Amino acid sequence: MTKRILIVDDEPNIVVSLEFLMKREGFEVAVAMDGEAALKSVEEKTPDLVLLDIMLPKKNGFEVCQTIRANPELQAVKIVMLTAKGRDTEVAKGTALGADAYMTKPFSTKDLIAQVRQILGES
Amino acid sequence: MMKRSILTGQRLVAVFLLGCVLFNYPVIALFNKTGELFDIPLLYLFLFGAWALLIGLMAWVIEHRQE
Amino acid sequence: MLQAWVIASVSFAYLGVLFAIAYYGDKRADAGRSIIANPTIYALSLAVYCTTWTFYGSVGRAASTGIGFLPIYLGPTLMAGLWWFVMLKIIRISKANRITSIADFVSSRYGKSQLLGGLVTIIAVIGIVPYISLQLKAVSNSFTILLHYPDIVMPARAAAQPLLQDSALYIALILAAFTILFGTRHLDATERHEGMVAAIAFESLVKLLAFVAVGIFVTFFLYDGFGDIFDRAELVPKLKALMTVDDTGASYGSWWSLTFLSMLSIMFLPRQFQISVVENVNERHLARAIWLFPLYLLLINIFVLPIAVGGLLRFPDGSVDADTFVLTLPMAEQQELLALLVYIGGLSAGTGMVIVETIALSTMVCNDLVMPVLLRWKSLRLHEEHDLSGLLLSIRRWAIAAILLLGYVYFRAAGEAYALVGIGLISFAAVAQFAPAIIGGIYWKGGTREGAIAGLVAGFAVWIYTLLLPSFAKSGWLSLDFIKEGLFSIGLLKPQQLFGLTGLGEIPHSLFWSMLANIGCYVAVSLRRRPDVVETGQATLFVDAFRHTEGEQRSRFWRGSAQVQDLLPLIGRFLGPERAREAFLAYARRRGVGTIDQLEANADLVHYAEALLAGAIGGASARVMVASVVKEEPLGIDEVMNILDEASQVRAYSKQLEQKSRELEAATAELRAANERLKELDRMKDDFISTVTHELRTPLTSIRAFSEILLEDPKTNLANRRKFLAIIVKETERLTRLINQVLDMAKIESGNAEWHTADIDLQEVIEETLAATSTLFADKRISLEKHLAADLPRVRADRDRLIQVMLNLLSNAVKFCEEDSGRVTVRLSAESGVARVDVEDNGTGIAEADQATIFEKFRQVGDTMTAKPQGTGLGLPISRQIVEHFGGRLWVRSSLGKGATFSFTLPFDTGDARQEERRQND
Repeated sequence: MTKRILIVDDEPNIVVSLEFLMKREGFEVAVAMDGEAALKSVEEKTPDLVLLDIMLPKKNGFEVCQTIRANPELQAVKIVMLTAKGRDTEVAKGTALGADAYMTKPFSTKDLIAQVRQILGES
Repeated sequence: MMKRSILTGQRLVAVFLLGCVLFNYPVIALFNKTGELFDIPLLYLFLFGAWALLIGLMAWVIEHRQE
Repeated sequence: MLQAWVIASVSFAYLGVLFAIAYYGDKRADAGRSIIANPTIYALSLAVYCTTWTFYGSVGRAASTGIGFLPIYLGPTLMAGLWWFVMLKIIRISKANRITSIADFVSSRYGKSQLLGGLVTIIAVIGIVPYISLQLKAVSNSFTILLHYPDIVMPARAAAQPLLQDSALYIALILAAFTILFGTRHLDATERHEGMVAAIAFESLVKLLAFVAVGIFVTFFLYDGFGDIFDRAELVPKLKALMTVDDTGASYGSWWSLTFLSMLSIMFLPRQFQISVVENVNERHLARAIWLFPLYLLLINIFVLPIAVGGLLRFPDGSVDADTFVLTLPMAEQQELLALLVYIGGLSAGTGMVIVETIALSTMVCNDLVMPVLLRWKSLRLHEEHDLSGLLLSIRRWAIAAILLLGYVYFRAAGEAYALVGIGLISFAAVAQFAPAIIGGIYWKGGTREGAIAGLVAGFAVWIYTLLLPSFAKSGWLSLDFIKEGLFSIGLLKPQQLFGLTGLGEIPHSLFWSMLANIGCYVAVSLRRRPDVVETGQATLFVDAFRHTEGEQRSRFWRGSAQVQDLLPLIGRFLGPERAREAFLAYARRRGVGTIDQLEANADLVHYAEALLAGAIGGASARVMVASVVKEEPLGIDEVMNILDEASQVRAYSKQLEQKSRELEAATAELRAANERLKELDRMKDDFISTVTHELRTPLTSIRAFSEILLEDPKTNLANRRKFLAIIVKETERLTRLINQVLDMAKIESGNAEWHTADIDLQEVIEETLAATSTLFADKRISLEKHLAADLPRVRADRDRLIQVMLNLLSNAVKFCEEDSGRVTVRLSAESGVARVDVEDNGTGIAEADQATIFEKFRQVGDTMTAKPQGTGLGLPISRQIVEHFGGRLWVRSSLGKGATFSFTLPFDTGDARQEERRQND
């Protein structure tokens, strides 16, 4: 069964690259450009994993993460946070809010794929 | 004890100096003339007028002081 | 008909009323509920200044010298303005040092000198006794005149009357008894007489009422108002002359010197000092007196000239003495009751003066003349007496009687002679001699005992020679040759033209020479030596009176040992053992000690005892007496100077300390603020770096991801490969732009940017930018309108930077416009002194709330995918910096959905800007 991955980022070029990478790895990919669209997409069809940017319009990554974690039906959803702000406090905040992993932009595509696979228990 | 407001003191000294000018030569010489105003001799009218003015000023300064 | 018994019983009834008021006032004072604790009563009691010399004499003077009588009342009005400083200081000093009279004041100031106290007393008695005679004469004359009602008969010369039929003698005796009754009821440490003050205030009201009543009667009933009287006076040349003063230097000089003389008199006449200083209950009362007392003077003088003119018109033949017009005018008009009221008013004026003056003089005679002599007179064995309070009281009573009898004797001797008539101003000139020693004493620390004595003696001697002796000569007691030829027929010694000084009246002449001698000797002799220990101590207490609280400093100038067992009996001997015990007990309680035995006999107690004693026998004698029972270790002058230096140093240090701590506080506050600013800057810098980091990482992310994709998978299809490479290129450009702008911003902000300033034609710049951006417009099919004013003055700016600003604004406009329907308008116009450029679009607009933030770094508006702005978020901040650098302004006007207009201004080149630049570059 193909795992479903939701990509949430407001930078079109990053979305293009992530979409290409994840599809190439054989995942089913959905895309959201802002926080609200992300939550809508999660509700419509629950993904197995969310690649979540933090600096997002409308609702930021932390809020999206919090909302997903607050929903008991979505406990299985894995969350990997992506951010360009590499501060320790943000890493800690993300982890505290229930993110499963945290990656700093720019990231190595290999590392990202490895991380995703590991979290999905496929490695 | 009476607190001495500096401003009040200065105002009173100013009134004193004004009085010194009004009640002395050459100002009184200006009014030291025969002739009447409102049927009152000029010098008499001036002296009592200036006197009343000084008293009025002092009363104002004293009764409007802030302690 | 007014029978003698009617007038006599009215007089006694009036005196009875006075006594009742005084008695009530004393009772209330004893009960601690003073009736004179009121500023209005204080001001009224000061009107003891107005004696019969005012009540009857002013009209007499006005009838002969016209309006020239006024300076005597204008002077006190002027002086009242200075009371706030001078009188308040004297009052405070007197209260702190328990001063009981003007002699006590002078003697205390110059080291408690008994000699000085005695000297002041003698001057006062000689100067004032004739003045008391004048009151007796006036009262007795008014009695005699009233007795002949309705006929108007001038009193014969008093001396012609047999002694036992002379009303003046009885008046003197009655007044003596009256004064003794409520002036010396008991010895008081403060020497205050509240009942007497109440009676004096009442008398002031009565004499004012009486005088104003006559004034109104004469002005409005006898004649038809002020205008009528003055119109009639106009017709008589002699009367017309009264309305002006002689237009000569001498006359103005006399005007000035009378004003000056009365300024000093209002302070230093013994009765004025008694009422305004010694009897003052609360120094706050002084404030109202400053205007109320001059008002009283104005009211009592306003009818003087009309009455004088009225009298001269009514009695044109000169048969009636002008001094009696106040009384004789109502009599001539058969106004019996009014005449009686006038008589009572005159009685008020006379008794008020006599009572206060004799009390003041008797205190001086007792404390500064008799007691020092008695205490030195070893054979009297006064030191062994246990209770001297009775003796003190009887000395004062005898002094009162003696002074009044002396006044009567002078009256008998002088009669109608000049020596009595002219005495008012002569008395004033005598007490004016106190002025240098007192005024100098409270403002100058350098005055010494010898200086004060020399000044007083010299001034007084000149006064005797130039005023008193001539008045005797005019009375026929001395040869008139003395005046005409001078002493020993030496012309330069003519008493009224001393050293050939002519052209002055007798009073200005005497005032000039006596003041010159007085002040000259006071200053010159004082400067011969440094003030000694006691003088320095007292000088500090007097001159710095406003700086010290009571008792703070006094005790520091005393060192020695004492015993309560010695002090208590000493005080008891003068105040009475019972009062002394009470006073000590009260002191003990204030110190928080239960009984007298537990009291510590320290410097404070010694000073308390001395002050108690000073109230009874005067400062100088008190010092002698206290010194006789305590062992005082004399302080050297150096020690006193040290104490003073120390005090001033401590004051200076504490001032410095206060100053420093204020400065420190201010510095701390500044530091705190600076720290806050730094923290804020730090936070801003952090945010900035974090934002820049984010902006850099975002394109890098795409670049790295696609690079890796391409690297790992060379078999990517061509379309994708192209797409990915295009993205990489685009993101690299974005990165470059960002880096350039960040550097640009940093340069501008730090002031390191390079500016190539030149005269710029804005129109040309705009045209050029529009040409460069034409493809942008064409791509989105956005229409462009331009309204550019031609031939505007040039502006001073950097051409490339301005192009940068225009590019930024135009690309922003294009960015936010819809395709096809977009429209951008560019305007160039002139405003006052500036060129203005507007770039208007019909795009999405900017919400009110965002209009300020768009000029902040990295703040972009728009949050949806489609509206995701292109750019770094640094364009507008940089543009604004550039415009402001050239003295302009950049702002935006917009509302959401209705487009936006970005505008900026630049000042036209006026040449100033260039000079400014040159100056900066030099």
